[in-house]
Amino acid sequence: MTDSTFRTEMIEAREAPDQSRGVIGWFRANLFNGPINSIISILVILLLARLVWPFLEWAVIDADWIGTTRDACTGEGACWVFISARFESIVYGFYPEAARWRVDIVFALLAILVAWLAIPKMPRKKWVALFTLIGFPIIAFVLLVGGMFGLQHVPTRAWGGLMLTLTIAVVGIVGSLPLGIILALGRRSKMPFVKGVCVIFIEFWRGVPLITVLFMASVMLPLFVPGNIDFDKLVRALIGIMFFWSAYMAEVIRSGLQAIGKGQNEAGQALGLSYWHRMGLIILPQALKLVIPGIVNTFIALFKDTSLVLIIGLFDLLAIIRAGLTDSNWLGFSTEGYVFAAAVYWVFCFSMSRYSQYIERRLNTGHKR
Amino acid sequence: MSEVTASPTTAPGSDRPMIEIDHLNKWYGNFHVLRDINLTVTKGERIVICGPSGSGKSTMIRCINHLEEHQQGSIVVNGVPMTHDVKRIEQIRRNVGMVFQHFNLFPHLTVLENCCLSQIWVQKKPRAEAEKTAMEYLERVQIADQALKYPGQLSGGQQQRVAIARALCMRPEVMLFDEPTSALDPEMIKEVLDVMIELAHEGMTMLCVTHEMGFAKTVADRVIFMDQGQIIEEAPPTEFFNNPRSERTQLFLSQILGH
Repeated sequence: MTDSTFRTEMIEAREAPDQSRGVIGWFRANLFNGPINSIISILVILLLARLVWPFLEWAVIDADWIGTTRDACTGEGACWVFISARFESIVYGFYPEAARWRVDIVFALLAILVAWLAIPKMPRKKWVALFTLIGFPIIAFVLLVGGMFGLQHVPTRAWGGLMLTLTIAVVGIVGSLPLGIILALGRRSKMPFVKGVCVIFIEFWRGVPLITVLFMASVMLPLFVPGNIDFDKLVRALIGIMFFWSAYMAEVIRSGLQAIGKGQNEAGQALGLSYWHRMGLIILPQALKLVIPGIVNTFIALFKDTSLVLIIGLFDLLAIIRAGLTDSNWLGFSTEGYVFAAAVYWVFCFSMSRYSQYIERRLNTGHKR
Repeated sequence: MSEVTASPTTAPGSDRPMIEIDHLNKWYGNFHVLRDINLTVTKGERIVICGPSGSGKSTMIRCINHLEEHQQGSIVVNGVPMTHDVKRIEQIRRNVGMVFQHFNLFPHLTVLENCCLSQIWVQKKPRAEAEKTAMEYLERVQIADQALKYPGQLSGGQQQRVAIARALCMRPEVMLFDEPTSALDPEMIKEVLDVMIELAHEGMTMLCVTHEMGFAKTVADRVIFMDQGQIIEEAPPTEFFNNPRSERTQLFLSQILGH
């Protein structure tokens, strides 16, 4: 038999003991806590230095930065003059020099709008979002294509470089998300026709490689379209990319929808909310939040795969850099070109990834048990 | 309906029927879950439905706001016959509040927003007015001080009281309770039952699926016992608990009361 105990005074809550250690403390506790770990840590650090140092030497220390011609390249390290000399064409492609201010305005406006929407504190989100989705595309179209209001017409075959990459990526992202949401909802519909159409659409576009889609859009479609109806090649590519990625997006979003218990929908039904209200106010806000990592993952894949348009003769960032490599004045600078291209892609993709992590943290209002 | 075999039961002292269920039949695939249910509930009546699990009690009350579809028979709620028409169903749902076993609050919205959502989007009320109504009902379930918290920050009992307030905000004519205390810790059951008892005293028409026999004895006008998809017995609580006529009812009562 055990003695019975009882307590008359309750224990007050105390503060947690200090658990911070500082940088040196962290190193000692994690990398050098014992002879074997210390040896492994030192070896790994040496190996990293051995690998990273030559790259830094090539890319930064021995590199040539200043100049306008090939003569500025001394030959030791990287010659970034190759990039700076061609910078304008890398950004604008073959866009006529006199009209490049239009591109500047469009992307400055886009940057402002995206920043406005991305920073939580900014006011009037609803109106800015509405403008971004309706007003901005019209303005961007007028400015980039021209041919009206006295603006010089710039055919899309003159578009290129970073400007083309961003155009494709933005249209792809903005188009594929809503389309993906509709397809995901449609696939879960009880109406056989709606469901069937969505399933066929998704499975078709997921089943073909993007390269095939682009080839079909640029080569085969004109064969089938009768007469002299001339779809712009870029428009065809954009539609192909949008459909292709919306199928992926639909499956990502559907996985979020599956994760929401059916009680949520029932509670909405019991309150008399209509289907679109239930989806828009209850189910989608929760489902989309759950699949932010998947959505951003798809965005990043989309962004990188814009480089595939080079196979149908559109000169995006990568293609324009490759074209520069064949310039007889600048032969032999492919490493610089590709490293630069990789860096640009990485900056954009990494920004998206960081922003998604930030949004996840922000939306995690601690209400999930 | 031409072939009426048994007249629906009508409670004493009734004026007009709030819910009329007539020869209701429902199947899940080949499984006959609801068999020939006839039930009339008058305005202001409080009904407790009990029975073993799988007896179809939840399914029955879920048919009343069309969360479940029935295959045969008719349901009329507050004079509106149930059809497959979405508009008609939504019209009925606006008059019928429901409280679930697992609360089903919207976790991404605050308590206040939970209560305002359908007022704003279904009843098209201005936000300020909706919030005023919401605070009124949150006050009544004594949880107004938690209005700006998220459901995940509340205890089960608090969440269920919010769920009741959310349903009441629509000013329904009928309240359906689907095992409202079954998912709660014992010490929280009372706070929810107190709210329900208060509601009953105010004259709300209520259908409660519950195993809280104390609640049934206190507030019910009629207790209904279901088994295998049918209504086995229905009687006023004193009669139901003291002189159950059916053998199944006696067995059920001895099992839940006899420990």
